Amino acid sequence: MIGLEHYLIVSAILFGLGLMGVVMRSNLIVIYMSLELMLNAANLALVSFSRFTNTVDGQVMVFFVITVAAAEVAVGLALIVALYRKRQISEVDELTSLKL
Amino acid sequence: MEALLFYIFSALTLVCGFLVVANPLTRNPVTSAMFLVLTIISMAGLFVLLNAFFLAAVQIMVYAGAVIVLFLFVIMLLDIHEVEKQPVNYFSVTVGMLALLSIGGVLIKAIVTSGVGDGLEAVTVGSTKKLGLSLFTDYVLPFEIMGVLLLVGMIGVILLSKKTLR
Repeated sequence: MIGLEHYLIVSAILFGLGLMGVVMRSNLIVIYMSLELMLNAANLALVSFSRFTNTVDGQVMVFFVITVAAAEVAVGLALIVALYRKRQISEVDELTSLKL
Repeated sequence: MEALLFYIFSALTLVCGFLVVANPLTRNPVTSAMFLVLTIISMAGLFVLLNAFFLAAVQIMVYAGAVIVLFLFVIMLLDIHEVEKQPVNYFSVTVGMLALLSIGGVLIKAIVTSGVGDGLEAVTVGSTKKLGLSLFTDYVLPFEIMGVLLLVGMIGVILLSKKTLR
């Protein structure tokens, strides 16, 4: 029988994978995709809590998270394009202008 | 049957999620974006198993439709050929694995030992009607704020993508 723990463990591993991507990769776009993975992991946990506690609040929260993620992706990708247009940078290793 | 579907969808989600962040064959961002689509679709399958049908549809429409198209659009706009030439940085790979193991270990240990799901039965919530009612009664203020947020995001993107600010 599949219980709440199973879904939560899948969500935890997926969150870890997203964190690994953010730490490991140096490409800005792939880092953004990893952020999406982490948001999705949180969504899975919220939906499974909503299913197992007989409330619909978790699903409403997931709806808001999806909306915020869409807005965040639009703004973030516009920032990446602006950065690339100005300095030809798409790797985080090259973003060193704030370094002393 | 439900257990079998759960294992299929969660294995698909995790394998494709791993291939998004650490594909051993290629480091092309387009491949990562394609595996992100697979991850999101199998996660929509998990949502269906959790009786959240509306959210599964929204997930496929918004993520697999709009967000991935945005990602691919930006990847095509930028020059991605330089990405594959760079050597693998083993320090960051080690730190990434360490991050995965530590946060995954802590979360799984917490979930298993806390007994969070003890005595909780799967109850059928998540009809779209209930979700809509809740969205437009209890959560109507956050809903309106979300609309304002989308407007702000749209204005920000237009300002950011202008060549010169006057």
